[in-house]
Amino acid sequence: MELLNKSLRELHTLIKRKELKPSELVEAVLKRIEETESKLNAYITVTDEKARKKAKIADEELAKLSEDEIPELFGIPLSIKDNINVENVRMTCASKILENFVSPYDATVIKRLREKGAIFVGKNNLDEFAMGSSTETSYFGPTKNPWDLERVPGGSSGGSAAAVSARSALASLGSDTGGSIRQPAAFCGVVGLKPTYGRVSRYGLTAFASSLDQIGPITKTVEDAAYLLNIISGQDSKDATSAKIPVPDFLEALNGEVKGLKAGLPKEYFVEGVDPEVKENVLKVAELLEKNGVSVEEVSLPNTKYAVETYYIIAPAEASSNLGRYDGVRYTYRAKDYKDLIDMYCKTRAEGFGDEVKRRIMIGTYTLSAGYYDAYYLKAQKVRTLIYQGFQNAFEKVDFLITPVTPETAFKIGEKTDDPIKMYLSDIFTIAVNLAGLPGISVPCGFDSKGLPIGVQLIGKAFDEETILKVADFVEKELKLNTVPEL
Amino acid sequence: MKLSREEVLHIAKLARIELREEEIEKFREQLSEILNFVEKLNELDTEGIDPKFSVVPPENVLREDIPGLSLPREKTFMNAPETDGEFFIVPKVVKK
Repeated sequence: MELLNKSLRELHTLIKRKELKPSELVEAVLKRIEETESKLNAYITVTDEKARKKAKIADEELAKLSEDEIPELFGIPLSIKDNINVENVRMTCASKILENFVSPYDATVIKRLREKGAIFVGKNNLDEFAMGSSTETSYFGPTKNPWDLERVPGGSSGGSAAAVSARSALASLGSDTGGSIRQPAAFCGVVGLKPTYGRVSRYGLTAFASSLDQIGPITKTVEDAAYLLNIISGQDSKDATSAKIPVPDFLEALNGEVKGLKAGLPKEYFVEGVDPEVKENVLKVAELLEKNGVSVEEVSLPNTKYAVETYYIIAPAEASSNLGRYDGVRYTYRAKDYKDLIDMYCKTRAEGFGDEVKRRIMIGTYTLSAGYYDAYYLKAQKVRTLIYQGFQNAFEKVDFLITPVTPETAFKIGEKTDDPIKMYLSDIFTIAVNLAGLPGISVPCGFDSKGLPIGVQLIGKAFDEETILKVADFVEKELKLNTVPEL
Repeated sequence: MKLSREEVLHIAKLARIELREEEIEKFREQLSEILNFVEKLNELDTEGIDPKFSVVPPENVLREDIPGLSLPREKTFMNAPETDGEFFIVPKVVKK
C-alpha cells in the first residue's frame, strides 16, 4: 500500500534510480485491483496480461537505460476511463451496444502517455456513454464509493475516481462534459481537473457533446494532475478544436506563491439548497486563502441559474447527432431479427442503448427537429453566450473563482435513478464551466459528519490552468487531509 | 406542456429507436418533464444576443495537403457486425 500512496514523481524517481522495477509496481497495482474490485466494480476491463508483458519489457529496457534517458512515466501503470480508445483493448463506453468493441487505434492522449513510457492496466467504469452523474447507468453495473459502499462514486468518471481513491489506480484519465471529472473526484476525495476546452486533444475520446467534452486527469494529488497535464496537453492535428497555444510547465506553477492573487466567491453558488456542511468547508478554504494574502471578494454570475437547463438542451442535441453512428453497421452490435434496414437500425438501438442514453437522444432529436430548433437549440446557444459573458465580467475583477463542486456529498445508490431531473441537478455547479470552456479543478477540502469527502472547485480563466493548480496545491498542502478511505 | 403519444412515437422514429409499449408512456412522462424543465430559459430575454456554438474562436485550421496513412482496412472492419473484408454488409435496401 505504501508504494501505491506515492506520487507519480516519487515513483518516477524510484524507477529512474533503479530502486523499483516496473514489474513490481504493475504487480502492486494489479494486486490492489484484485483486492478491491469485488467491492467497487471500478473497472470494466483489466488488461493484466498485457500490462505484465509490457512491464517485463520495461524491466529489461530499464537495465539498459541511463537515468536521464528514462521518460516521466516509464513503467508507471495508469487506468483509463472506458470511453477513451486504447489500441487493441476493448472499449465499451459502459454500453451494451459496444460490449465487444475493440479499439482500432490509440487516442492522442494515450499515444502521448505511451511515448512517456506509461503502461495501461485497465479501463474504468462510467455512466453509459458518460451520460450520468453516478455511474449507475453503466451496463456493467454501478461502481461503489470507497468511502461508503452504499453510496455512488459520482459520475460519469466514477470508476476512475473510485479506483484512484481506493488506490487500485495510481492515476487515471477521465472525461468531463458537464462535471464528469470534478463531481466524482469530489465524491471520492481525489483531485479532478477539467482543462480548458482545446487544451487537450479529444481525438480518440468517444464523442458525447463535442463542444463541451474535454479529457483530464483524476489523481491523488494536485501535483500528479499537473504531472499528467504536462504530458497530455497541446495542439493535435487530429483535433481541429485543440488550441494552438503554448503549453507551460504546470509543475512550475506549484510554488505556493498565492499572495496577491484575487479570488471571487460567486454569490449564486452559495444559495439555499447547498448542504450547510459543504458550504462551511468551501468557505473555510476562502478564509485560509485570505489569511495567506489572497484577496477574496464576492462576485456575481447572474445567469448561472440557467446553466443546467442550457446544458440539457445543448448536450443531448450534440449527443443525438454523435450517437447516430451506432446503427448496427460499423460498431459491433446488430439486432438479430429485423424486417429491413430501417427496422435493423431501430431494433439495434432499442436493444443496445440504456434508458438514459435513449432519453438524451430523443430530447436532442426533438429540440433539433423542424420547427423546434429556434425555440430550444438556438435559444440555449444564446443563453450560453450570456453565461460565458458572466464569467468574462467576473474575470475582469478576479483571477479565479472558489465554489462548491456539488451541492451535497455522495448520495445513496438508487436515490436519484427514477428522477432524471434530480440527477441532472447534482451537476449544477460544474456545468457552467463546460458551457464557457473554462478550466476547473476539484480538490478535497474536508469531510461532512457522515465522514464523506467534500470538494472545493476552483475555476480559472481560459488557458490559465496554472493559477488554479497553484492555489489547489497550496490548499491541499495546508489542509493535509487524510484522503485514503478504509476499505 | 405534455408530449402526446404520437409525438413520442414520431421522435423515436426520427431517432431510430424502437419503443416497447410500456416504454412509450414512461418516456412520454419523462421527456415532457425534461422539456418543461428547460422551458425556464424562456424567462430570459435573448433578443440581439449572438449564439455561442463553440468557445473556440471560429477560424480555419489549415495544413499542407500531404498524403498520409489512414486506418488500414483490417482495422476499419475489425468491429463490423458483418463484413467480407472489403465492405460493410447491410440488409438489402433495394426492393425488386
